[in-house]
Amino acid sequence: MSSTVVNVVVAGLGGQGILKASDILADAALGAGLDVKKSEVHGMSQRDGSVASDVRFGPEVLSPMVPPGEADYLVVLAPDQVEVNRPQLRQGGILISPDQVSENVLPNRQSLNVALLGLLSTYLEIREADWLAAIRANLPEKVHEANAQAFAIGRAAR
Amino acid sequence: MDLSDRMLLSGNEAVALSARGLGFTLGAGYPGTPSTEILEEFSALGGSAQWSPNEKVALEVALGAAYAGARALVTMKHVGLNVAADPLFTAAYTGVTGALVVVSADDPGMASSQNEQDNRRYAVAAGVPMLEPADSQEAYDFLAEAVWISERWRLPVLLRMTTRVCHSKTVVRPHALAGPAAPPHFERDIAGRVMIPANARPAHQRLRTKLAEIAAWGETALLARRMEGDPSLGIITSGISYYHAREAAPGYAGAKPGANFLKLGLTYPLPIEAIRRFAASVRRCVVIEEGDPYLAEAISAAGIAVEGKAEMYRFGELNVGRVRRILAGDASPEPPPPRGKPPQLCQGCPHRIVFEALTRQGCIVAGDIGCYTLGVLPPFEAMDSCVCMGASIGVGLGLRHVLPEEEARRVVSVIGDSTFVHGGITGLVEMIYNPPPTGHVVLILDNGTTAMTGLQEHPGTGRTLDHRPTGRVVFEDLARALGIPNVHVLDPVKGRTEFERVLAESLASRSLTLLIVRRPCLLAAKRDADRARASQA
Repeated sequence: MSSTVVNVVVAGLGGQGILKASDILADAALGAGLDVKKSEVHGMSQRDGSVASDVRFGPEVLSPMVPPGEADYLVVLAPDQVEVNRPQLRQGGILISPDQVSENVLPNRQSLNVALLGLLSTYLEIREADWLAAIRANLPEKVHEANAQAFAIGRAAR
Repeated sequence: MDLSDRMLLSGNEAVALSARGLGFTLGAGYPGTPSTEILEEFSALGGSAQWSPNEKVALEVALGAAYAGARALVTMKHVGLNVAADPLFTAAYTGVTGALVVVSADDPGMASSQNEQDNRRYAVAAGVPMLEPADSQEAYDFLAEAVWISERWRLPVLLRMTTRVCHSKTVVRPHALAGPAAPPHFERDIAGRVMIPANARPAHQRLRTKLAEIAAWGETALLARRMEGDPSLGIITSGISYYHAREAAPGYAGAKPGANFLKLGLTYPLPIEAIRRFAASVRRCVVIEEGDPYLAEAISAAGIAVEGKAEMYRFGELNVGRVRRILAGDASPEPPPPRGKPPQLCQGCPHRIVFEALTRQGCIVAGDIGCYTLGVLPPFEAMDSCVCMGASIGVGLGLRHVLPEEEARRVVSVIGDSTFVHGGITGLVEMIYNPPPTGHVVLILDNGTTAMTGLQEHPGTGRTLDHRPTGRVVFEDLARALGIPNVHVLDPVKGRTEFERVLAESLASRSLTLLIVRRPCLLAAKRDADRARASQA
């Protein structure tokens, strides 16, 4: 069964939209009809410390935390947080890092999280419509357009 | 399958949604990670919710509501129950007329806490039934069970959650819930509620009778789930540990579990005969639990042979990897977790200026609980103790009483505004009543919000939980009324030089001084500006 559960870790620093990105991913998977669990530790994340959020989805998810070293995908928003989180990635797992999307082409810096989700989406069997619905559900209306654009840029970056 | 009724909710959101469905009349609490979002969400859903000055008051308010027949919810983090323990223990004697559910959100691993106490011990010590949800659906369902138990046996019920249950989002299918049978009203019950010894003695007997009845009921209640797998291994577990154990047990990838499971929902009183039968049905029986060996001890004490975990797994959270090690009997040292970047005081945070000054002036700092506890980290390293909410003042006074004068004169107490309201006011009373020979200096770092837990209101902000205007406790008025001779209100940003001068003079004065260092939290100021803009638009 474990092979049918997808394990994603989204990591970075407080203020980068890590939890927002993992909310969007979890909602997209929920929209696709899957069982979903999402877990992270709150509390001091606003104060610029390391933040990591686990999202797991599949037919049935048990623990809400990705077991150590079993992430299929590691999405990192801060370059200096890659090495800290790399032990979470399983052998053969896929690292998605900020250098894979050029910041210059993004509508704004705040949308890096959604751009990296766009890149992640090319590996996952979740329909684009479910992704876009999740983006709309989690962000205020005035930034929908910019984030849809960032998502498309991320999708094209692979 | 209709998916439209599926919601992805945190355990905290699920409790709030359930509380609304169950018609809870009142929710009270004090903010504390990981419990804070329950009341915020309950309020956002239209429920009547309030922040109280501290958990003790919150529980007392909820108890009064439950005496009047209402369904009342009180929420707090694990250490909050230490503060609320006094009313809890005797509320178990008086019982309630409506429903009283106490949410204790424990923090194994101390993601954002000063200790990792296991509050399952409180259920036993106070004699209150306890339910432990494992995910958001159970958080939703178990609140309804807690109400049923509370109303059936007229007892407060502890809903014990943990960080991962509170904050993990899992799928919830809401369903119809029944509201209270009758609106609140007063029924006099002097013998039942006035705990003079003559009334408390029979009340204690009543409590033990009720607990015996609940224990008997719990043996057959559906709160415990049994799952049949391979009988060579049996696992007894509860809460989040259940899911880790399901995944860690051998045969996880197979069609049925690689072990037999007894997953407990009611963990006080324990369904001990059901546990005995389960243990007898398997060849090897292991208890998987986070924190203290609470279940293992209770089950062993009943003469049932079970394996607990090695002492090393008492520390920190469990996860799938650690449960695999427990099942394998592996007590070899674990690799240290990767060290991330620690949190720090925000750039431009007014607390920074205070800690720089305290360091420069060579202060011995009795600290307290909040964002400003980060003043202990480099580059400041300007804190010498941090124990519990409000302890800065008492600890500072104690240091002043016994240290040689040269050291005593450098002692200050540093406390935040919300923390001051919570547990610092009685410290000021102590200072007036038992002043040290060298005097004392207390600093309230007043940033106008409960910043650490996510910018909640408190009695010093003059706004309610949902940010509406209300009565405000003015710290300087309070301090002057108590008779503190020197009370200064200072802005550390605009009046930095003056602040440093007043601090130095106060340290030299041998008098009692309160410095209210007032400057809004940057994050709160931004939030308020955003809110004002939104309301104009």
